This record gives sequence, structure tokens and C-alpha cells, in this order.
Amino acid sequence: MSSLQNIGRMLLPVVVLAVGLALWELVVRVNDIQPYVLPSPYVVFQTLVSDWTVLSESLGVTLLTTLEGFIAAAVGGIALALLFNQSKWLEYSLFPYAVILQVTPVIAIAPLLLIYLPQQTAVIVCAWIVGFFPVLSNTTLGLNSVDRNLAGLFQLYGASRLQTLRYLKMPAALPYILGGLRIAGGLSLIGAVVAEIAAGSAGSGSGLAFRIAESGYRLNIPRMFAALLLLSVAGIVIYGLLALGSHLVLRRWHESALGKEN
Amino acid sequence: MAEPALSETDVDAAGLAVRLRAVIKTYDSGVTALGPLDLDIAKGEFVSLLGPSGCGKSTALRLIAGLAAPSAGTVDVSHRASKADGRHPIGFVFQEPTLMPWASVRDNVRLPLKLAHVTVKEAGRRIDEALAQVGLAEFADAYPRELSGGMKMRVSLARALVTDPDILLLDEPFAALDEITRFRLNNDLLELWRKLHKTVIFVTHSVFESVYLSQRVIVMTARPGRLAREFRVTTSEPRSEQFRTSAEYAAHCREVSGALAPSYSGQRGA
Repeated sequence: MSSLQNIGRMLLPVVVLAVGLALWELVVRVNDIQPYVLPSPYVVFQTLVSDWTVLSESLGVTLLTTLEGFIAAAVGGIALALLFNQSKWLEYSLFPYAVILQVTPVIAIAPLLLIYLPQQTAVIVCAWIVGFFPVLSNTTLGLNSVDRNLAGLFQLYGASRLQTLRYLKMPAALPYILGGLRIAGGLSLIGAVVAEIAAGSAGSGSGLAFRIAESGYRLNIPRMFAALLLLSVAGIVIYGLLALGSHLVLRRWHESALGKEN
Repeated sequence: MAEPALSETDVDAAGLAVRLRAVIKTYDSGVTALGPLDLDIAKGEFVSLLGPSGCGKSTALRLIAGLAAPSAGTVDVSHRASKADGRHPIGFVFQEPTLMPWASVRDNVRLPLKLAHVTVKEAGRRIDEALAQVGLAEFADAYPRELSGGMKMRVSLARALVTDPDILLLDEPFAALDEITRFRLNNDLLELWRKLHKTVIFVTHSVFESVYLSQRVIVMTARPGRLAREFRVTTSEPRSEQFRTSAEYAAHCREVSGALAPSYSGQRGA
């Protein structure tokens, strides 16, 4: 029963995809829709292959921006949470601004950033703004979720602040931090895309989002779809890698990484 | 946090491990949890604090451990001259095993030594010794989730023993275990106590457990916890399963239960 369920879980999404693509192809062919209105999946795939040089280069640019934004978000979010944990005053002073940064739509901030910062920096800052908050709030939650008796034990044995942080709070917060990073990975990609679209610069050093905007102006709809497909795949891969990393780190001890039978 | 007042020499000279004088603990909410309480516990003694839930017996234990400060009165704990080499005067076992789920059994037991910067080699030797004492030598590399409830409690006990403390404080350590496991751990604890000559202060709400284990049972009143009565349990040592089924044991239990009854009479839902 459970193995049948497993196969079903793997197979059904693939079946849905295949049916969806087939329907799409059928609709386009039967109604003879032009590619600049709605390209068929086959044409999109063809464009992906023929435009691979341009698209792969843009993919590289977007992924690099995302990675830089993600690392900045991870380092910034964790560091800020650690600081907040050590000093309540710092937390009271700065946390509201972290929230404000989070709730203000990044697409509205991006044009301003582009005025004051060099374009590449602005794009990374956008990716950072979107990504850092989940890391910050999850890490804070984790650091505050330490078992009370374990904290008492550390106190009994005269642990220093640093020892308590390193041997108790950090490991206890790890599952939360990893959860935050998983969210931040996808959000960094969104931040990078939003900033690229706002920046809208041409040339060889432009990312996938720019390719989408540019292709839109040129009515190159198949390429829009191809670029979109790449972005989507990039998001899935980022999420998968982070989920895998998280599983590998936690598999020996955390409930989330254990099988049902344990 | 304020350390409890220490007049080690006085306490030591009197042959005492712990001395409480007019100790009161009031919480921030204004509720008085404990006291006033006077209590002397001799070195090497096995004492149980027995009382209904919420009578402040755990609070008393936390005060002795220095995890909380008394609102009034003094708590004196005998300290060894040397605290070096990661020896710590007090070992504490909580109601739950309180293990770090991310660390192996060995690393959980290592914790007090790591916090005291004991060398890896010395720590390794002492961890092996502590694990052998609780019969878990072959589970050193297991993770807490792989162990049964009783085994987790044993790890917790090993961690308390690894600093070679003078005083062991146990806060209802076996309350959540099944009866057979509890009886086995009771016997193992008695054997450790006979062998290692520690002072043991054992908090419990089980009359039967307190009589079986201790030389002295201190019955406490309901909140705020005070000393209601105390009993000496004298019998031929070493105690064993025969004692558990003897008429003598039953008589002691009846007597202690009788003293405990008024503590429960005022309680709702007890």
C-alpha cells in the first residue's frame, strides 16, 4: 500500500505535466495559433535549444546574483539574529526596521536603489532585502526555543555566554535556521528577478528576467517562455539543493528528517 | 544571578552537605512556593523530599543547585576545596532526561567536562567510566532518540556523575518510566550510592519510592512547602527486592502515607 502510494506520488505530477503539455500542443495546432500569440511547447523547446547561448549566459548572471543575494541574506540574517539574541536593546531598536524592510514591496524599493547604487550592487541588495528576513526571524525563533532545563544545566556548570551560544543555542536553532534558508533561497531568486526587471539594462551582462522583458518588447514570445522555464527550473533546483542539504545535516537527530517508523 | 551564600567551613565542620535556614521562595507573581524551610542534610546521606505536586520540592532542589536564589534565608552547600579538573560539586538530574538531541550519548555526557575545558584524553576516560557505572558502555555512540526512556535517564545520570560530584540532586527522575524500569533504576541508584558515597537528595511524589530508597524521608506540606514530618527508614543494608515486599517496608509506607495525607486534603483535583 505504502509503496503504491510512493509510486503514485512520483508518477502523478509527471502524468499531469504530460497531459497538460499535450493539451497545450493540441490547442495551438488545432486552432493554428501563431507563435507570437501562444507558442506550442515544442516551439518553446526548440527556442530553448536554438537560443541556448544567449539564455545560458543570462541564466548564469541571474544565478550569480541570486547566490550573492542568498549568501548576504544568510550571513546578514544569522548575524543579526545572534546580535539581537545577545542584546535585547539592539533587538528593540532595530527589529521594527527589519519588519518595515520586509513588508515594503521590493519592487517599489528597487528603482530607488538603482538611483543610489551601481546596478549590479543594487540587484544584489534587492535579493538580500527579500531573503534576509525569513533567516532573521527563523534564527531568532530558534535561539529562543532552547529547552529550559538544558539552559539550567549550562548555568549549573557555569557555562560562559559564548559556550552557551555555541554548544546549546546554535545547535538548537539549526533546524529553524535551515528552514529559514530554504525560504530565503527561493526569495533571493525573486529579489534578483524583480531588480533585473526594474533595472532593465541591455547588453551581454544581463540576466534572465531582462531577457523576458526584452523578448516581450520584440514579441519574441517563444523566448519569453523559454526564459521563464529556465527561471522556474532554477527555483526548483535551488529549493531541492537546500532541502537536501538540510536533510543531510539533520538526519541523525531531528524529527523532521526521520522516517515515520522511528 | 546571586549565588547562594556559602559559608563552606561552617557547613563542612558540622559534617553537613547542605544546610537551609529559614529559606523562603516567592515568585514574581507573589505566590510563595516554599518555606520557611529549615533543613540539614548530612554528608553521604540519602534523603527524599516527598510531597504533592507544586509543594515547592523542586524549587528547593533548584535553590540548592544555585539555579535560583532564595527570596529570604540562607542556603549553604559544602564545597570541596578544589574545583579544578572539571570536578563540580553538584550533579543534577531533571524530571525529563534533558539530553541534547543533536549529540551522541558520549557527547551528552561530555558536556560538563567540555564546559570546564577538561582535556579530551582525560574527558574520554571519565566518560567511559561514567557510562560503565550506569551500564551504557556499549551505547556511547547512539543518539538519544535511539534509546528507551530508561536508557535516556541513565545517560542523564551518567552526565551528572561524570564530574564526580559530592551531591547528587534528582528531581523526580523516574516519574515518567514504567514500573519495572523504575524498580531497576531504583536498585542501580542505591548501588551507585553505596559504592560512590555521594550525598543524594531525591525529590519524588511516590511514597513507595521514597521509603525504598532513602535513609530519611522528609514529608512536605502543600504550597507553600514546609516540613510536615520526617521519618528515618532504618533497615538492614543493603536493601534489595526482598525489602520491597517485606512487612517492615509496608509499615514504613503506611506511616509515611499517613503523614502525607493532610498535605493532599486541601488540594483540589488531587
